Amino acid sequence: MHLQGDDYSMNECSVLIGGKAGDGINLAGQTIARIFTSLGYYAYMYYDYPSLIRGGHNFSVIRASTHPIGTHRSGIDILLAMDPTTLRRHQNDCKRDALIIYNSDIVRSDVGSGIPLKRIVEKNEGSAVMENTAMIGALASAIGMEWEDFSSVLSHEMRKFTEKNREIARDAFQMQTEKKELKRLQQSPGILLSGNEAVSLGLLSAGLNGYIAYPMSPSTGILHFMAGASGDTGVQVFQPESEIAVITMAEGMAYAGAKAAVGTSGGGFCLMTEALSMAGMAEIPITIILAQRSGPSTGTPTYTAQSDLLFAIHAGHGEFPRFVFAPGDAQQAFEWAGHALSLSWQFQVPSILMTDKTLAEGLYTVNPELLADHVPFPLPDLKGKAEYHRYADTDDGVSLYASPPLSGSVIKGNSKSHDERGISIDDGMGLSSMTRKQMKKIPLMEEAVSRLNPVRISGNSDSDMCLISWGSNAPLCREAANIVGIKSVQPVVMNPFPEAELRAATSQSHMTVLLEDNYSGQLADICEAHGIPVDIRLPRFDGRPFTLDQLVEDIWGLAE
Amino acid sequence: MTKGLITDAQNTWCQGCGNFAIEHAIKDVIIRMEAEGTPREKIVLVAGIGCHGKIADYLKINSFYSLHGRAVSFATGICMANPDLHVICCVGDGDTYAEGIAHLLFAAKRNVNMTVLVHNNRVYGLTKGQVTPTSPREYHGKSNPYSSGEIAFNPLELLLSAGCSFVARGYTQRQDELTGLIYDGMAHAGFSYIDILQICASFLDKTEEYDGKVYAPDQHVPEDFDAACRLVREYSYGDSGKIALGVIFREEREPFHVGTPLLQQELADKKSFIMRFIDGRR
Repeated sequence: MHLQGDDYSMNECSVLIGGKAGDGINLAGQTIARIFTSLGYYAYMYYDYPSLIRGGHNFSVIRASTHPIGTHRSGIDILLAMDPTTLRRHQNDCKRDALIIYNSDIVRSDVGSGIPLKRIVEKNEGSAVMENTAMIGALASAIGMEWEDFSSVLSHEMRKFTEKNREIARDAFQMQTEKKELKRLQQSPGILLSGNEAVSLGLLSAGLNGYIAYPMSPSTGILHFMAGASGDTGVQVFQPESEIAVITMAEGMAYAGAKAAVGTSGGGFCLMTEALSMAGMAEIPITIILAQRSGPSTGTPTYTAQSDLLFAIHAGHGEFPRFVFAPGDAQQAFEWAGHALSLSWQFQVPSILMTDKTLAEGLYTVNPELLADHVPFPLPDLKGKAEYHRYADTDDGVSLYASPPLSGSVIKGNSKSHDERGISIDDGMGLSSMTRKQMKKIPLMEEAVSRLNPVRISGNSDSDMCLISWGSNAPLCREAANIVGIKSVQPVVMNPFPEAELRAATSQSHMTVLLEDNYSGQLADICEAHGIPVDIRLPRFDGRPFTLDQLVEDIWGLAE
Repeated sequence: MTKGLITDAQNTWCQGCGNFAIEHAIKDVIIRMEAEGTPREKIVLVAGIGCHGKIADYLKINSFYSLHGRAVSFATGICMANPDLHVICCVGDGDTYAEGIAHLLFAAKRNVNMTVLVHNNRVYGLTKGQVTPTSPREYHGKSNPYSSGEIAFNPLELLLSAGCSFVARGYTQRQDELTGLIYDGMAHAGFSYIDILQICASFLDKTEEYDGKVYAPDQHVPEDFDAACRLVREYSYGDSGKIALGVIFREEREPFHVGTPLLQQELADKKSFIMRFIDGRR
């Protein structure tokens, strides 16, 4: 990697842009992330917003780094204050030498560069939301971009009113004279993907046929993405009357042979649990995207949590096998969304893909070459076969899957206890052989996930200190472990639990620390139930993700 | 003659149960559809949970024995994925008018191409005689021995206001007419709903009352919505009024469809979308 620019310029940068809801802070953040990737940096964006449509305080933290990242930092290098609240709330987050750029039409400040965003937009007869564009223009100038380079990013990101946006950006670009330069790197780290986008693409890559969902933050992005793409992909996307309708409809699609997925958050998942249990009994392949948010109950819709792990593993009455996966970043989300869909069809069991608000709505830089091309799980060709029994017992417990029409045969699915033909039973012999048949799949499911590298290890493998995390905390812990020189361990598969792999990964550790976004330490409890000791639990339950700097500080404290 | 349409599962409906008439009416419709060129394997029956649901075990056709209240939404998924299938939904009155009412109204609103048969015996049979949304006001089961009684839903009026494009009422003691109605419902392009007054031999045997009240209106024009509304208001599932049988309302409306059905989808379209999306982000 070659760095350009003088030695005083930055090669790591955190920008915070804040404003009122409705100001387009999310989109502005994405454009800034895009500027960073165009300069050769890995970008990551954390987006923080309350659950409302207008007003309130939104902000994005966009971080640029020379190496792959999936977390933000506490020290801000450049603060972009669209409104007074942003300056008031975040001035203390700034590093001592930070640059502040503020909207001088409504913000008063003794320090930093004032840019009259409102007047620039008015002069160019733009709309209020274009104040963002002006702010981004000032930022591009401050970090030392050439106008042509910036202009091409802008045209790419702003497909509507491109010319007007460019004029507005140019005015601010020229007005901004204070500099805080960012080196240009000679590398192409990849493309920006949110967790929700990565989940969507992973499902599509594995041959998804239908996506059914009821709007619920933070899963809604998948519904919007899938609906927008449905014309191109052919995927049937539908929003019905409730989450109960969502999952029963999706299971009906699966009965008809369609690979269907649903997406929701905790409350919606609660409503789905009876039908989850039905998928267990009737052996219906179904993939559920569970994007966690703060709970219990309605909780805090737009803030993060990892408090549904035990629920996801145990949801639904009765006993039945299932997969539960928890990817940690966009690349893993793509990978495991595909696995979730295909494995649920391979074993005819439900699979649950857990994300959380941090992952679902965070923006990650992904090398597209590393996005595995999934091969959809093929369905058997049953033409000319002997009489079909939907639940025929087999060595591995998996019956051949067929959907109507199947000439000369009937396909009887059943949510009640049933015999091999799918006809209801209640005799003891029949019940126990049905349950044995369903449970026979579990050892094979364990084998299948153990081939997929279910526990990811990074950092210093010789260290006797080990940091375990899951979901969106994984990239944070990977980076923190690298800085501190310890080992980082991330189970991606939560059920069937990869006990052997996790034990092997942690057996040399004298101090095991487990970080998770819940109060009780749900993964820690699971680890300990499997005889894997967890010495220190680092719980967090304020809806906010850790920053890298906080965690590194905590670990240094523990290591002493 | 069963033409191999009845399984060997032991039938456990009570003697005199109205479910037998519905089972045989469906069987006769299938035989007729087959004779007219619809292969049996293209027919799917989805049942809810209750006495009615056992029909999924007894009829030897494609079936899915679903959850209480959820048959209609499950069936909607089947219709979406494969519009070439002929979907019959057998549901109970407790099942669909209580637990699953939302799905029924939404399927009607959407005009999903399925035929819903409500086995409306106006009482919970399998759980031993509790009150349902269409129980008569004076009905007292073990769960409401002292209640003053709620009024019953008039489900046909409810379905008419939900935009149902085919509303009919049958009666289990008129099996031939019932068979004709189910056939018409299956032939209707869109959502067809048939409320079937069903005798419950154990808990609510209204044979005598129904026999005295049912009639087939001879001047009724089912395409006339206002006339249909007047007709269903003649009987509000209380104890008075005449009970009109037959097709009460019918209109042509575009059936529900979503995107590209399963068999027309191409993996290549998804893969090329992914490539284009990634390239767009480069």
